[in-house]
Amino acid sequence: MTSVLAMHAPDGFLEPAVALVTGVLSVVVIVFGLRVAGRQLGDRQIPLAGIAAAFIFAAQMFNFPVAAGTTGHLLGGALAAILLGPWVGMVVVSVVVVVQALLFADGGLTALGYNVLNMAVVTAFGGWAVFRLARRFLPRNSTGVVGASALAAGVSVVLSAAAFSIEWLFGASAPVPFDTVFGAMVGVHVLIGIGEAVLTGLVVGAVMASRPNLVAGAADLDAEQRAQRGKVGMKPFVIGGVLASIVFATVVSQFAVDNPDGLEKVAIDQGFIESGTDHALDSFIFADYATSGVGNETLSLAIAGLFGTVVTLAVGFGLLSASRSGRRAAAI
Amino acid sequence: MSGAHAHGSAVDSLFVEAESAVHGLAPDAKLVALVGFVVAAALTPRTSVWAFGVYAVAIWLVVFVSHVPVRVVLRRLAVIVPFVIFAVLIPFIGGGEQTQVLGVSLSVDGLWAMWNILAKASIGATASIVLSATTRVPDVLTGLTRLRVPRVLVAIIAFMMRYLDLLVRQLGRMRTSMTARCHDPRWLWQVKPIASSAGALFVRSYERGERVHQAMLARGYTGTMPTLDRRPATAVDWSRAASLPLVAVVTLIVAVVL
Repeated sequence: MTSVLAMHAPDGFLEPAVALVTGVLSVVVIVFGLRVAGRQLGDRQIPLAGIAAAFIFAAQMFNFPVAAGTTGHLLGGALAAILLGPWVGMVVVSVVVVVQALLFADGGLTALGYNVLNMAVVTAFGGWAVFRLARRFLPRNSTGVVGASALAAGVSVVLSAAAFSIEWLFGASAPVPFDTVFGAMVGVHVLIGIGEAVLTGLVVGAVMASRPNLVAGAADLDAEQRAQRGKVGMKPFVIGGVLASIVFATVVSQFAVDNPDGLEKVAIDQGFIESGTDHALDSFIFADYATSGVGNETLSLAIAGLFGTVVTLAVGFGLLSASRSGRRAAAI
Repeated sequence: MSGAHAHGSAVDSLFVEAESAVHGLAPDAKLVALVGFVVAAALTPRTSVWAFGVYAVAIWLVVFVSHVPVRVVLRRLAVIVPFVIFAVLIPFIGGGEQTQVLGVSLSVDGLWAMWNILAKASIGATASIVLSATTRVPDVLTGLTRLRVPRVLVAIIAFMMRYLDLLVRQLGRMRTSMTARCHDPRWLWQVKPIASSAGALFVRSYERGERVHQAMLARGYTGTMPTLDRRPATAVDWSRAASLPLVAVVTLIVAVVL
């Protein structure tokens, strides 16, 4: 149930200013994405992107078991980027999000800006960035692609949750401090990320096994490399995923602890904690709510800043490598 | 969990067949009215409780005029339930000034935030439901085209809606055949057959896309979709459709000024 929290936010969830800014951003990215997708797919764009969007929509209805009785479903942002390339993938997921809001009342119309940004743009480009990075360290074969896909999908969900928390900092509509929202959102989405990682890895693996030429993220492999598949059992795969996310969660929770940590201790010792809490930015751009109840504002601003940077870097890197591979595709 | 899940066959069940003034309106006028109404509601300060009363009365009046059964609207409103749960939690975890309700300490700002999300989410969702219940998907797409939404985007949406039910049924058949072969997964590590069938579905969808593209080329497709122009929106359409956002905008102005 909780998986929907970052996803499909309804009207009024964040303040209008954030809705407007993210809306403008999303429109620009989609219009640009349509151009790039058009260049890459030519006149195949409409039928292929359309049916791929139907596939993502359908895949989101595919409930899979998590643990006795509980089920989850695929979100598909990273999957779309890896299978179709980041630009086409982003357009496809955006279309799904827009249609869900317009026709299925799933997510508010005025919330479309941040919903598209979090669910399509951040997951597609953030996922693509992680995928490209992971590919560098993994073997250049089918197994490497599957492993990188799983990692990218898991991280993309967490990035999406982090992006939502950061938007909350700017436009919170409720007196819930950033720390709490961030901790809860990222915590829950680390768990969801495990499911997303396992499923995405397996789906990409299945496609690699039958039609490897359809996987955009594996376009650089030759036929022999595509055929190389290491045997990885299901249990090691899941256990590996769980371990990776526990490590990740531990790292994240280091930032999200309520107790004074090293950073704050230094601040108290040095006596600049007072000047720190009275930050000029508080009353300026950040929503009063998101910082009002926070135990230590400096710390939460630091967390927000750090993760803002991480999300932006990931998306930026994704965009960069996407535009590079786009040029390569155009050159061919 | 996703909205469509609750409706089974996703696309067909959206439209509710009926004869009404709302059904007959031109789709572009309806879309503008919907967006105007929802934006006005979203901009309204949460403390103007009466204003949300006006919005609720206005949108439910439209529901009654449209002859869409109330239970259909209520059933589709279930989409926002997860957020209702979240909203209800806010007063308990919210900071700031506290108030005592039945011996439980609740955040005053949190209560306002709960109200804000509940009111805006339900009004926005109801408005979207009215649109999709009274407008066929092709008409919505015509409306979007007339409103200068990029043609490519509208065409992609059109294809998606056209093939959505087909893929969902394909998925259902795969599920059925898996169940028939005694596949009954309970744990995450039993998920492989499901993922493999999702992968197979992707390959099938992609290949279908290529086939459809070939078929389109054979029929003289040049890269842009031809549009069938339906009845253009008249001044009557616009003025009728405008009544809803007009009420909302006047309410908003009064709410902000007061």
